[in-house]
Amino acid sequence: MAPPLKSVLISMATTQRKAVALISGGLDSLLAAKAVMEQGVHVEGINFYTGFCVEGHTHAIRKKDKAKPKRNNALWVAEQLGIKLHIVDVIEEYKDIVINPSHGYGQHMNPCLDCKGFMVKKAHQWIEENGFDFIITGEVIGQRPMSQRKDTMPVIARESGAGDLLVRPLCAQHLPPTLPEQKGWLDREKLFDFSGRTRKPQMALAEQYGFEDYAQPAGGCCFLTDAHYSKKIADLWTSRGERRYELDDIMLLKVGRHIRPKKHFKLIIGREEGENNFLSGYRKMFASIKTTSHAGPLTLIDGEVSDEDIELAAQISARYSQGRTAEKVEVEFTNKEGVSKLIEVIPMPVSQLDDTWQV
Amino acid sequence: MPHYTLDAKRLMCPMPVIRTQDKVAELKPGDILEVTCTDPGALNDIPAWCRINSHEVISSSEHKGEVVITVKVGNA
Ligand code: SF4
Repeated sequence: MAPPLKSVLISMATTQRKAVALISGGLDSLLAAKAVMEQGVHVEGINFYTGFCVEGHTHAIRKKDKAKPKRNNALWVAEQLGIKLHIVDVIEEYKDIVINPSHGYGQHMNPCLDCKGFMVKKAHQWIEENGFDFIITGEVIGQRPMSQRKDTMPVIARESGAGDLLVRPLCAQHLPPTLPEQKGWLDREKLFDFSGRTRKPQMALAEQYGFEDYAQPAGGCCFLTDAHYSKKIADLWTSRGERRYELDDIMLLKVGRHIRPKKHFKLIIGREEGENNFLSGYRKMFASIKTTSHAGPLTLIDGEVSDEDIELAAQISARYSQGRTAEKVEVEFTNKEGVSKLIEVIPMPVSQLDDTWQV
Repeated sequence: MPHYTLDAKRLMCPMPVIRTQDKVAELKPGDILEVTCTDPGALNDIPAWCRINSHEVISSSEHKGEVVITVKVGNA
């Protein structure tokens, strides 16, 4: 006699395996999670916020971007999949990864191998705390020069402590069988054998699953792969004489024009209204300059400045105001304590703006 | 119905979502949480987070650069 339906359902419910998928917001993690869900596994997403993520910020800061619809791609992916998403703030812990990566950096300031190992390690802790069975990532062999190579993928599994609980569904067939495959929770034949830098198999699979309008971030999932941004971090550390950062520092590196006219101070000059508004939130932490006789940017001064430095900063700031060709421009200098004074300066001619000052 | 507030002003997305998520984790189904933010991105992100986690957005508004979103905690 067949068992009663209720007991079958209970047994199905108790044996359904649970996996957590690292969701970056890009296509690969979307597909990887979907591939596992297709095999009847309960999947939830996890997203780590390092402070360097491409999502959000600058879109929200710059006024010209405000018209464009904004979305957080990790949330969007979770919604497409119909799964829960846990967003974890790892800003503090992540600092050590950026400052002291044991495997070094990629092309820029991106410590991809340490970063992936760190995230998988955090996901491993999470599954242990939450009674989940394994971890999914959207990694593809040969896709990225540093973290997604045949020789580095085992490093991530090993150093994270996840070992054979780490499943990469998109290239699983190129890798040794993981525990979920060995136990039959996942059918290896239904996983994939993608490799290399081509995106065609992913795009075909997305079409097969019916996903459209997915994000395809160029370069990488974070600002650390950006040459210009990396240069600004290097400048920050050099000027401070130590490798250290706070969240405010890395947020400010995403905003405005950064000019270092002298070794001991840097100017952060708003490029438009949205940035000026954002920068004005920092007026208690930094001295600032605002042009008063003409419309112009808000400038923050990072560093201790003398009267002579203030004059130089005001001239540069005036150069970026509507009064750039005027004989004189009046600016208001305000120190961190909120004490202001007005100064008149001659805007700096472009010819005197030294290229090497641009950070 | 217990009513709670959360100040997420000056935080950029996804921090307001993370703060909302962490606060909601401490609350009970049916509780009301009013979140105030200054990043307009929260107008999209907090409702998206609520949809996928089965919480309900009762109201959302934007006034003079401040976004206020009221969430009713679901049974998730
Ligand atoms: S691009 Fe950034 S977030 Fe992505 S693995 Fe590399 S360091 Fe980590």
